[in-house]
Amino acid sequence: MNEIIKVEHLSKKFGDHEVLKDINFSVKSGNVTCIIGSSGSGKSTLLRCINLLETATSGEILYKNENVLTSKKISSYRAKVGMVFQGFNLFENMNVLQNCKIGLTKVLKEDKEQAEKESLYFLEKVGMLPYINAKPRQLSGGQKQRVAIARALAMKPDVLLFDEPTSALDPQMIGEVLKVIKELAQEGFTMIIVTHEMAFARDVSNYVIYMKDGVICEEGSPEEIFNNPKREETMEFLHRFTNL
Amino acid sequence: MNTLPQDFFGRIVFIIQKYGFTLIEGAGTTLIIALIGTIVGCLIGFVVGVIQTIPISKKDNIFKRIFVRLIKIVLDIYVEVFRGTPMMVQAMFIFYGSAIMFNIRMDMWTAAYFIVSINTGAYMAETVRGGILSIPEGQTEGAMAIGMTHFQTMLYVIIPQALRNIMPQIGNNLIINIKDTCVLSSIGVVELFFVTKTVSGAYYTVFEAYSITMIIYLIMTVFFSKLLRLFEKKLNGPEDYSLSTTDTLAYTSGMLKYPDKEVHHE
Ligand SMILES: Nc1ncnc2c1ncn2[C@@H]1O[C@H](COP(=O)(O)OP(=O)(O)O)[C@@H](O)[C@H]1O
Ligand SMILES: [Mg+2]
Repeated sequence: MNEIIKVEHLSKKFGDHEVLKDINFSVKSGNVTCIIGSSGSGKSTLLRCINLLETATSGEILYKNENVLTSKKISSYRAKVGMVFQGFNLFENMNVLQNCKIGLTKVLKEDKEQAEKESLYFLEKVGMLPYINAKPRQLSGGQKQRVAIARALAMKPDVLLFDEPTSALDPQMIGEVLKVIKELAQEGFTMIIVTHEMAFARDVSNYVIYMKDGVICEEGSPEEIFNNPKREETMEFLHRFTNL
Repeated sequence: MNTLPQDFFGRIVFIIQKYGFTLIEGAGTTLIIALIGTIVGCLIGFVVGVIQTIPISKKDNIFKRIFVRLIKIVLDIYVEVFRGTPMMVQAMFIFYGSAIMFNIRMDMWTAAYFIVSINTGAYMAETVRGGILSIPEGQTEGAMAIGMTHFQTMLYVIIPQALRNIMPQIGNNLIINIKDTCVLSSIGVVELFFVTKTVSGAYYTVFEAYSITMIIYLIMTVFFSKLLRLFEKKLNGPEDYSLSTTDTLAYTSGMLKYPDKEVHHE
């Protein structure tokens, strides 16, 4: 199967604090990879390195076999690798529709009419069509996150990165966002999802990575990780989470 | 109608009848210099403020880094010099100084617009820089994540929000400029203060003439402060939004087809 993203010997230091140490993994096209691990283990930093929001200290990130760390086409690569943030990061000065459209017209240079049609299609997909005229500050957290997903989808990315998409949400809104992501998984979107929702991770993923202190501690199929973890640390972590 | 009345209100009426038009002309001059100076100053402020917030990363090549640094230093000096000296001194220095030192005969009007603009620019640069830095990092990251360049991020996401946030300071600057253009009388610009000096000197009606002028200044400043408040409200947009459809079917997905025309961007 073709690997769309391959991370090799990735390391990231903030000053002399090594946050990621020799990370190696790959993501196959059409697969969903979930990254789990306690906070501070480097999950966000890993996603941000993949999206080039952070500059990796050493190692390689291959996108379709091309090293993006030495590539000059950062913007077009970013457009192909969508990101959904914990804090939504919707553009506060634009309404819902404009949030989706702006990337299409300004980055992908689509004409306005086409951009609008596509935006409406994706907003409908996440159930936010009725709210196209609302500003982000007028929406609930769950609604904001669904718009953020539509904005990312509208760019027609090859891979979608999610950094704890439901961690900033009230419990009753978590479901509506997870439902949208689940649908995307069923449609075969390639995704890397950092999450603390273990049931969701087990449900949705083809591959699970458990991170601890900046290294990949254990990885494997959801059955392997959740039912038969090999490492002591993984067991402890899962134990803590299922006992919450 | 040529003898000066004895009472205060009589004198006010006398001055208005005799010099009303001249005073209004002076006020017009004041206003036009303040308005144009503020607008041009804001443009300067935005350019300087945006340049000062250009991130320099270690990945950029050495020439670009040196070039950007150098420009930032020059702009820093500009801001410090014009914020750190009185506008009246700047006016004398630029208008008379440029003639003596460089033999540049700047006409009075050019000098007036130049001084107010460049002065406002120095203040606005700092305001804009602060306005840009006050926009949460997440806005930039959201823009970067969909592939916007630094320039696009600034233009479509950061500056519109920064502009909204600094509207009160822009208003403040306009009001300061309406008042402070009076220092331009020192280089001979016939604005409201200059006119008032002449008027009050003609009949020794200092108190009356300046009473009128106080009120004219106040009307101008209050008018613009209210106007800008309204403009701010408009920038905020409506407090509520209308649902784009009342059809409950729209809440469930699957109604819209993906647009036929496929776009390829390789
Ligand atoms: N910009 C930064 N500067 C310095 N240290 C950072 C920065 N971002 C993250 N870190 C550190 O890196 C470690 C991993 O952080 P993060 O990737 O956010 O973990 P996680 O997402 O798993 O909770 C933490 O110890 C954090 O303090
Ligand atoms: Mg995190």
